[in-house]
Amino acid sequence: MTLPSFDASTDPGSDFARLVRQQGTEPFPPAEGISANEITHGTTCVAVRYTDGVVMAGDRRATAGNLISHRSIEKVFAADRHSAVAIAGAAGPAVEMVRLFQLQLEHYEKVEGSPLSLEGKANQLGQMLRSNLPAAMSGLAVVPIFAGYDLGRQTGRLFEYDITGGRYEEADYAATGSGSLHADTVIKVGYRRDMTADEAIELLAESLFQAADADSATGGADTLRGIYPIMATMSNEGFERVTDDVVGTKFAEIAERFAANHRSEDV
Amino acid sequence: MTTPFYVAPEQMMKDRADYARKGIARGRSLIAMSYENGVFICAENPSSTLHKVSEIYDRIGFAGVGKYNEFDQLRIAGIRHADLKGFTYSREDVEARSLANNYAQMLGQTFTHEMKPMEVEILVAEITDTPGEEQLFHILYDGTVMDETDYVVLGGDSEAISERVAATFSQSMSAAAALEVARNALAGNDRTLDDSELEVAMLDRTRGRRTFTRIADGELQNL
Repeated sequence: MTLPSFDASTDPGSDFARLVRQQGTEPFPPAEGISANEITHGTTCVAVRYTDGVVMAGDRRATAGNLISHRSIEKVFAADRHSAVAIAGAAGPAVEMVRLFQLQLEHYEKVEGSPLSLEGKANQLGQMLRSNLPAAMSGLAVVPIFAGYDLGRQTGRLFEYDITGGRYEEADYAATGSGSLHADTVIKVGYRRDMTADEAIELLAESLFQAADADSATGGADTLRGIYPIMATMSNEGFERVTDDVVGTKFAEIAERFAANHRSEDV
Repeated sequence: MTTPFYVAPEQMMKDRADYARKGIARGRSLIAMSYENGVFICAENPSSTLHKVSEIYDRIGFAGVGKYNEFDQLRIAGIRHADLKGFTYSREDVEARSLANNYAQMLGQTFTHEMKPMEVEILVAEITDTPGEEQLFHILYDGTVMDETDYVVLGGDSEAISERVAATFSQSMSAAAALEVARNALAGNDRTLDDSELEVAMLDRTRGRRTFTRIADGELQNL
């Protein structure tokens, strides 16, 4: 690899995806004739605002058709120091998109000398989704959530997307993936504006628990293997993973409450 | 058609080198040295927005002296090279040595083939998890590469500054001690440099994946 150099008319500036294209690799190749049952899909991800920022969570299951293809896939990724992206949809292109997105944010920050605004990051992700539209139309759809702490406005913010790159800012909470209907309802019922981080983590755990209970493609807490959903908070302090211990405890409490009310009476 | 005057190759190279050296000597100097957590870089730079020192990759930093637009162009090319390499292969495959060689190629090519040589001297620094394994690649306007482990001085007056660093430098200094060594060496005996005239950045192995940190003027006293 030699040093890339460009003349003024072809210089890609701080756009990493364009730089990759100019080196001869198309980051979002069109796809044809793919059956949705043959490829791995990621499922439920949720995010909610709390007083000091945003919490994001995603289950760990990936499915191909009616089979579980991975039990410990990660769907919540730190995009940079103060934001994260969670993915649902075709796992291959989704993970690749996240990788490109992370690099784009870092590349921009290094070339320009200052990071993109949160709004700018959200728009970047929208543009990547739009580039992926031809692949999405043939079955490789990716539907992320983007959340982060806006250092300028001093608040947490959430963005939902559709496969065309449409970007929709949500005021309070967001959910994506096959179990999102159930998760969304749980959050809607339990949501309060003044939640602490701990209360928000508990609400998201409950939402994933209910989604996993009703949607076969969503995994809850796998106590047998010690695999728990990934959660992370984003606040003024930056992105921080919630430890498995904390998530595991929340799930154990929820499971206990649930069992107490739902266990069948012995006949 | 007139025949161009014959100029001996030796004379041509000497003229070019003199031209580049004069350009570089007009600017202010910069010191990079190993310290307890990695590499400490300090430049004399009254501007707080036009940087001489910047981040290339997780463990790689860049510094340049001389003509700003020329070393900035090299900086961006380096970031592109590193990010593309990390994207194509893996993050751990991005190394300062290969980047330094690429810079040397580019500068050497420009020196011999272009109308004018680049009036720059650059530094590519890399750290590893192990103290004492710092690499400092010093690359000159004509593509000459030198590698150092302890310290390196870039810019005009580098010999005098080097002597002053050599007298006070020691292995595994704290950041605060490194700052004082750099400040006194850059200033010399007849003047003092205050915080606002310095640009300071470090490759700090205790800071996680992205080791590059810039220290703002106002925070220098907290080092």
